[in-house]
Amino acid sequence: MQTPLHPLHQALGARMAPFAGWDMPTQYRGILAEHEQTRQRAAIFDTCHMGEFEIAGPDAASDLERLLTQRIDSLQPGQCRYGYLLQEDGGVLDDVMVFRRGPDRFFVVVNAGTREADADWIQAHLSPGTHFADLSPERGKLDVQGPAARPAIERALGGTLPDLRYFRFVDLELAGVPVTLSRTGYTGEFGYELFLPAAATEALWQALTAPGDIQPAGLGARDTLRLEAGYPLYGHELSHTRSPVSASRGAFMDLQKDFIGKPVVEKELQASPARILAGLLLESKRAARAGDTVLANGVEVGEITSGSLAPSLGVAVAMAYVDAALSTPGTRLEVGVRGGALPATVVEMPFYRKGTARKPADWRGAPLQVN
Amino acid sequence: MNIPGDLRYSRTHEWVKVDGETVTVGITDFAQNQLSDLTFVELPAPGDILGGEDEAAVVESVKAASDIYAPVSGTVIEVNAALESQPELVNTDPYGEGWLFRLAPANASEVDALLRPEEYEKMLQGDA
Repeated sequence: MQTPLHPLHQALGARMAPFAGWDMPTQYRGILAEHEQTRQRAAIFDTCHMGEFEIAGPDAASDLERLLTQRIDSLQPGQCRYGYLLQEDGGVLDDVMVFRRGPDRFFVVVNAGTREADADWIQAHLSPGTHFADLSPERGKLDVQGPAARPAIERALGGTLPDLRYFRFVDLELAGVPVTLSRTGYTGEFGYELFLPAAATEALWQALTAPGDIQPAGLGARDTLRLEAGYPLYGHELSHTRSPVSASRGAFMDLQKDFIGKPVVEKELQASPARILAGLLLESKRAARAGDTVLANGVEVGEITSGSLAPSLGVAVAMAYVDAALSTPGTRLEVGVRGGALPATVVEMPFYRKGTARKPADWRGAPLQVN
Repeated sequence: MNIPGDLRYSRTHEWVKVDGETVTVGITDFAQNQLSDLTFVELPAPGDILGGEDEAAVVESVKAASDIYAPVSGTVIEVNAALESQPELVNTDPYGEGWLFRLAPANASEVDALLRPEEYEKMLQGDA
């Protein structure tokens, strides 16, 4: 499948690769340059491949309360929350963001590769009167991320953006396009996710990038940025065979309410899972890769799920499921790679701690580069 | 695509330059472009004896690790230590400062079996 921006990516000379059934840009100038651009200034990502569902009706809130691990009834209109969609056995069907538009109106943003299965699962668990629509084909999504995202958007489009707290969103018009602007992202930096009509996506991209402050970035940089920020990627850290207890030790779940999968999750929390997702800091730029084995004294104790050079740290990092007893920060482990073993130390995530994602609503952003 | 006329090439995208009794080995402009930003280079050690087509080095980009093969058999006499701190030299100057290692070839005639520039160019066009 192709996003509405596919011809634009080709015109920009992007390197394209398949991702979750989509032909997506992995890089334009280069992953390292795009990573740096996002950490220091501002970058724009085509995330039109992600899915969006509309769920509405008098029972929508209680339906979502049962479907999702995060609390829905305390979610305010204009607020969004991250959580899991679980199977009965506690396996993770997807990690999703739920946005509350009003008392009875929600939209849920899901991963591209899980969209169809999510739609089937959600629809099968809705009350008869709850409306469901998969808006994905007609909706576009752009992520503008980086410490200068706010002044860069303001300069590109004119006017000023409203103050928005982290995990809050607002409907507004940008360059005449109706946009849902959300203070969220997947990079660890201050920035926004923009939801808009698919047909307007290319025009808004052009308007945002015209002055040159906001540079395109591909899925390659998106992956190194999210890895440094300690964010999981569905299909790597999360899957239907992993429980959220192993992935996040009970975070992003509200155990005061009932939800599908909760009995299994509660038991697992009491028993403590066999393996836990841990961050590993390596000692050189040589990276551990997904599928590599984690070793302690030569014995296999875990498996790498994501790994790469962390460009902002100048050293390789990885995420791995390791034996719970060995998941404590400071534990020394090794990663088996061809021709030897790389020393690694368990560390708290995020790996990169200078991210600007959580800046207050009135933060004006990093200054634009003066040319 | 830059394919210098005074080098010989392997089907796995290494180049070889003959300097009297030794040969210098690197990866081609095509290869560095395909790999994109290199982040780490693991080189053989001086004294290593390599058979033709042995794995001689590993280059890593952000996304993946790739093997580099010895285009001819021989003994490693020197490696490009600058790549330890500046792997990006392979991207910026693949035929110059981004060279990987030097060999004393076991058999000088092996170089003659490698691709000529026009043959390598033809192979790349076949790939495309």
